[in-house]
Amino acid sequence: MYNIFKLATRNLFRYKRRTLLTSTLITLGVVSVLLFISISGSFKALMVGQITDSMLGHIQIHKKGYLASIDSLPLNRNLTGKQIDKVVQILAEEDAVEAYSMRIKLGAMFSNFIETTNIRLNAVTPADEMKAAPLLTDRILEGEKENLLKPGEILIPELIARGMKVKVGDGIVLVANNKDGSVNGQNFMVRGILEGISGPGGRDGMVHIDDAKALLRIGAAEVSEIAIRLKDIDQLPAVFASLQEKLGSMKNQQGMPVFEVHTWEKISPFFNIAKMIDLMTFFIKIMLVAIVLVSIMNVMIMAVYERINEIGTISAIGTQPNKILGLFVVEGFLMGILGTAVGTVISLISIAVMNATQISFDFGRQTGLLLSPTIGATDVILVVTIVIAIAVIASLQPAWKASKMDPITALKHV
Amino acid sequence: MSVVVAEQLVKTYIAGDIEVEAIRAVDFTIEPASFVSFIGPSGSGKTTLLNMIGCLDPPTAGRLQVVGQDITTLSRQAAARFRGEHIGFVFQDFNLIPVLTVFENVEYPLQMVQSWPTEARKKRVMEMLDAVGMADQAHKYPSQISGGQKQRVAVARALVTNAKLVLADEPTANLDKETANMVIDLMKQMRNEYQTTFVFSTHDPRIVENVEITFALDDGTLHRLEKPAGGAYV
Repeated sequence: MYNIFKLATRNLFRYKRRTLLTSTLITLGVVSVLLFISISGSFKALMVGQITDSMLGHIQIHKKGYLASIDSLPLNRNLTGKQIDKVVQILAEEDAVEAYSMRIKLGAMFSNFIETTNIRLNAVTPADEMKAAPLLTDRILEGEKENLLKPGEILIPELIARGMKVKVGDGIVLVANNKDGSVNGQNFMVRGILEGISGPGGRDGMVHIDDAKALLRIGAAEVSEIAIRLKDIDQLPAVFASLQEKLGSMKNQQGMPVFEVHTWEKISPFFNIAKMIDLMTFFIKIMLVAIVLVSIMNVMIMAVYERINEIGTISAIGTQPNKILGLFVVEGFLMGILGTAVGTVISLISIAVMNATQISFDFGRQTGLLLSPTIGATDVILVVTIVIAIAVIASLQPAWKASKMDPITALKHV
Repeated sequence: MSVVVAEQLVKTYIAGDIEVEAIRAVDFTIEPASFVSFIGPSGSGKTTLLNMIGCLDPPTAGRLQVVGQDITTLSRQAAARFRGEHIGFVFQDFNLIPVLTVFENVEYPLQMVQSWPTEARKKRVMEMLDAVGMADQAHKYPSQISGGQKQRVAVARALVTNAKLVLADEPTANLDKETANMVIDLMKQMRNEYQTTFVFSTHDPRIVENVEITFALDDGTLHRLEKPAGGAYV
């Protein structure tokens, strides 16, 4: 085998410029794919982090059917005290759960005493909410961030603040219907202005849960959703499956499921963007495969054509067809190795440089997001394996042709 | 035992719709350590005959035995193995592998075909290079040596495996007179030293003068020429 590698290496150096060009092409392909994976992965992780850590949490639990009618914020589909207790008991058994926050979601009329508009609100227990959504305070554009809010205070979305010309410290009134249809109003002081983000609930205001209960005249324990934060997002599939199994199997007296459990992926439209990024990554990989396939095949076809006489000679002096096949396959393999090795080194250096230079970017209304590209060993190994495998596959046809060549015909070739 | 025994050997080609009989039921034998040439005009079938003896082209009919083995029905792999073990080739264009040095070219059959152990291989290669007077050029590449030197290396490569039979197709065609004479002398010397049978396909009268047996081919038929006392064939 060593001899085949030695001969293959010599043959590659025989046509230095061609080998260099082909390897460069493979290198460029590998660099493009690895950088795309690392940058898009960084972007994805950043956006997922923003969405889950400042609003959604990783998993949400609702009463069955709530999510389907979330646009109308139905108060008659809230979880009851007994159901909440059951969920709390199950969450206590899950080691992977870092924190959770109970929320009442409601719609109300918002008045600044001059104008009136609609507002959607999340009513939360501030301490729990800050644990379940640790980046929430980063969304407070104006006003005090510490402790989020107190009873009697409201965080209003920036679009309403701008449209209604309301500032921090202003008094406003919220008027809401409870689930029986009776109307109630309550005064609030604007504690802060909340930055809007894309996705469900991204433009909601926020009040204390005790205020919401008073406004809606809720006496017993009752919440619309429970947002859960995990210690590690990689545990999401396992925890989700466990909660699904435990909560999904619970039925009411009519034999219908009581709870519904959703991951952030089901709730946020960004998941589709994330899926699109994955799809683009897949197509970029296909392009890489095409580049490697065409370039290696082209070079190997040329190599066989140019060395027909030589193939005839080694065949005549007794070289077995499988060794001739091996010789050309190894040439393609080595070219793949060369391009991949250089490409991987360049990619890793580029990623390190990007991290060192702290590149920031804007996404939608979010500015100054810090790009921190990383690439996992699995991705590198996968790309390297794909390229080398394709290099070998691309060499097979020309190598097969060389090994099957009739020595007499080959020796006559000029 | 004869090195080559051919009985009623036939080779037919199909060219389009026409069947061409390149070799027409020829019989001949070649004895060990002999110096034999096949002569004849272009298209007479010299190279075809050499290719059949060399296990490169199977005969259409008849029996062909080389170093005691019937080679008419060998598979592609078996034919390659047989060539690697028993037959050496010397080509008109030398056909050295350009990316290998002189040493490595001679080493190639031992390494890639016969898998000799390293020490024995290196010793044998140097012995052959010494024998053909190319030991001092061992580390040069084919592009760095002359045509005559290339053919010396090709002879060394053909003999390095202790081949019983060396087939040489027009070995002096691309050499000048002086170099051609040196190569012929070398091959004769090798024959004497290693008892190898050399079979040539040639137009070169210098080779014909030096061989002991000459077969003339004409339109696929073969007849042995008797060497006159003066040395010149008629």
